[in-house]
Amino acid sequence: MTALPKILFVLMLTCAGLPVASAANAPADDVAVKDLANGLRVIVKPDRRAPVVASMVWYRIGSVDEQGGITGVAHVLEHMMFKGTKAVPAGEFSRLIAAAGGRENAFTSRDYTGYFQTLHKSALPLSFRLEADRMVNLVLSPEEFAKEIKVVMEERRWRTDDRPQSVMYERLMATALTAHPYRNPVIGWMNDLENLTIEDTRRFYEQWYSPNNAIVVVVGDVVPAEVFALAEQHFGLIPSKTLPLRKPQDEPPQLGLKRLTVKVPAEQAQVLMAYRTPRLTKPKEEWEPYALDMLESVLSGNAAARLPQRLVKTDRLAAAAGASYEGVGRGPGFFYLSGTPAQGKTAAEMEQGLRREVQRVIEEGVTQQELERVKAQAIAGQVYQRDSMFFQARQMGWLEAVGLSYRDENLFIEKLQQVTPEQVREVARKYLVDDGLTVAYLDPQPLSTAPARTAPPAGIRHGN
Amino acid sequence: MATEMTMKPMIRTLCAFALLSVAQLAHAILPIEHWRTSTGAKVYFVENRGLPILDVSVDVPAGSAFDTPAQSGLAAMTNGLMRLGAAGMNEDDIARALADVGAQMSNRFDSDRGGLILRTLSDPKRRNQALEVMAGVLSAPAFTESIVEREKSRYVSALKEADLTPDSRVNREFYRLAFGKHPYSLRSSGEADTVGKLQSDDLKAFYRKHYAPAQAVVAIMGDVTRKEAEAIAEQLTRALPKSDGQRLVIPEAPSLPAAVTRMVEHPASQSHIMIGAPGIRRDDPDYFTLFVGNYILGGGGFVSRITEEVRQKRGLAYSAYSYFSPLLARGPFVIGMQTRRDQAGQALAVVRSTLREFIDKGPTPEEVVAAKQNIVGGFPMRIDSNRKIHDYLAMIGFYGLPVDYLETFVANIERVTAGDIKAAFARRVDPDRLVTVVVGAGHDQTAAAPAAASR
Repeated sequence: MTALPKILFVLMLTCAGLPVASAANAPADDVAVKDLANGLRVIVKPDRRAPVVASMVWYRIGSVDEQGGITGVAHVLEHMMFKGTKAVPAGEFSRLIAAAGGRENAFTSRDYTGYFQTLHKSALPLSFRLEADRMVNLVLSPEEFAKEIKVVMEERRWRTDDRPQSVMYERLMATALTAHPYRNPVIGWMNDLENLTIEDTRRFYEQWYSPNNAIVVVVGDVVPAEVFALAEQHFGLIPSKTLPLRKPQDEPPQLGLKRLTVKVPAEQAQVLMAYRTPRLTKPKEEWEPYALDMLESVLSGNAAARLPQRLVKTDRLAAAAGASYEGVGRGPGFFYLSGTPAQGKTAAEMEQGLRREVQRVIEEGVTQQELERVKAQAIAGQVYQRDSMFFQARQMGWLEAVGLSYRDENLFIEKLQQVTPEQVREVARKYLVDDGLTVAYLDPQPLSTAPARTAPPAGIRHGN
Repeated sequence: MATEMTMKPMIRTLCAFALLSVAQLAHAILPIEHWRTSTGAKVYFVENRGLPILDVSVDVPAGSAFDTPAQSGLAAMTNGLMRLGAAGMNEDDIARALADVGAQMSNRFDSDRGGLILRTLSDPKRRNQALEVMAGVLSAPAFTESIVEREKSRYVSALKEADLTPDSRVNREFYRLAFGKHPYSLRSSGEADTVGKLQSDDLKAFYRKHYAPAQAVVAIMGDVTRKEAEAIAEQLTRALPKSDGQRLVIPEAPSLPAAVTRMVEHPASQSHIMIGAPGIRRDDPDYFTLFVGNYILGGGGFVSRITEEVRQKRGLAYSAYSYFSPLLARGPFVIGMQTRRDQAGQALAVVRSTLREFIDKGPTPEEVVAAKQNIVGGFPMRIDSNRKIHDYLAMIGFYGLPVDYLETFVANIERVTAGDIKAAFARRVDPDRLVTVVVGAGHDQTAAAPAAASR
């Protein structure tokens, strides 16, 4: 799986880490952490509501670490991680987890790659044994690679090529960014996939998969000391590596508005706007990312928020409209506005409507009541999150993998509570400006006259 | 972070045998309480004090199977519009009253069921505000003319968009061919031209007929006492419209007379493929047998036969699977996948021969052992959160399954044999009478010739 390229999903991650106000209930309080001598970080959070564990291994490696020509390799490697070691041949990993009653999968994002199992607590040693084995002993056979790269190309067709909104998002990012690798899709460009080799994949594995580039997260019916001992037993002897230098590849300043049109077979026009913004790097000191997070929720955090309330219901300009702030990650931050024009309305009218709402925030500000509502939702959301071991583990792993701390969860809600209406207005005024904006229009084409994307003859490949 | 951890800080060894405790587990943590409200609604309740959360749902037989072809989409629209104005609140009042206490209300809608699901913090102040909104939405939806007009336009434009996509097309074509005149053939969201004609009065009439307490099911899970749960169930069902006492039923879905294969032209880079036929009812005695069997055939993810043949061995698809969708009447058995369009024929041949071999020879004893290991060993993960248990309560109630469904789940799985699976599949899936739909073919084509000839 790659992380969903759906913008509205991205923000969910950004603001999901908002814990309950009561200090006694702060979610990170009973979390135990240990760094092994080889650099592996192990994070354990007991949750004894059921005899179950969510077990995850996160690598601080994603599509952001790919060089030109091998885009998609992080994700292809994720697929290959299921294709066998000397001790555990291809297919055996999944069979062993299944036989233990477990469920498993993996995900790749711009910033990280993660592997997970949910299991009965007694099967945690199996999870650790298998994960430790493939951290260092992956075989990478050419036969398996030849089949799996085809699977990944099918995944790309299914996830992106045949979905108008995914294509639009992919092309928007490639336009909005000039230098930073966030401009490339996580799944990779088709032509890069077609030319990717097993050597590319092996090099990536050998460079980046090591205990000092990984985080183990366990949530469930466990005792931390026992999990640490188990981690030491299975992962402790894997040597650490000197990781390649990660170059910042900072995006140069944008020098004015960018526009693009994406012509694909579709019924409805769409508008997607991306504003360059800061991202969260120092959770204690900074305030702007929290204000942008608040702005996102004020605009589209519930059915009565500004964009659905005004653009969809009152003005009847949009069939749907939303905002999304992507402010946690290793690369540049973005604030997105999106809209689907109502029947009879144009993309240009849709864009004007979205811009009008931005202008209202800048000129009139937001109300304290709107902020209170967002805070109430955030506090409740943090409690709801505790109903899922998987989600709790994902939240902690994610924060660690992007260079923050699982502890920052506690900080987030405090900082969010401190955001003032004036600060929300201030970040809108400062960042929702044309010079940092890229606007994409989806220009719908009829199916019949669409460029025939006929498949190439077997054996001959080309991009679309 | 559960408060339970302070209550039982026992030392547990990590190597305890997984399956020993499973049978007792359900019994120990899931005493499902069941009663009826004064208006006759069935209530299913599990008290759980681990988290300050309350999950509540109310479901009625009001899914798309209660639509007519001329008004396809009426059931979905009725369900979707209830929350857009009710009991003197407009849509924004409703959304704000919920958001102000951090409550989340969502719709439940499928072929059989229409309902509302609420998740709220359990402290009385927040809980009461959220429940009051939910009760109002359930009991006095307004279906205002202007809202109906606006939403119709939104629904129609979304339907038109969906109609262009290959996955939506393959689904629509499959259900039409597999279910013919049976209401399961109707798309749950309706069609652009039928939705466009719906009027506020249609929604009101559908609501009055279907959202009645007599067949309603209330599921309550979480941080309240039995007494509080009783009051909540009354509050939510007391003011539902009085029914005329007629029981709402869905007719039985007939079997297919013959195989049908339909190819639909589409320019997408992948062909979308669905193969199947009417399958089983939710209360079918073969349910557990087919559940285990389908795990082996195409339900068990990376370890199923279909994934093995299509993806692992040949790299033909990212996802390939099979499932039974058991409903009030016989819901579909489906095999599905997507593959690059020039290899659709090959993928189809692989899947058909995989299915035929499975039906002819049945699973191996080793496969049955492995499937049972996964399903039995994985049982604790089916009930490891309030939300999952709540979903079970609603399902058990709506489909009239026994209250000890979860307690007996493991035993029901354990009982299944390879011979049972072979026999049950032979009874339920006839490989010579399946619908096959391929969207993304070069040109349109329908063949009544038995697809089973190719193997």
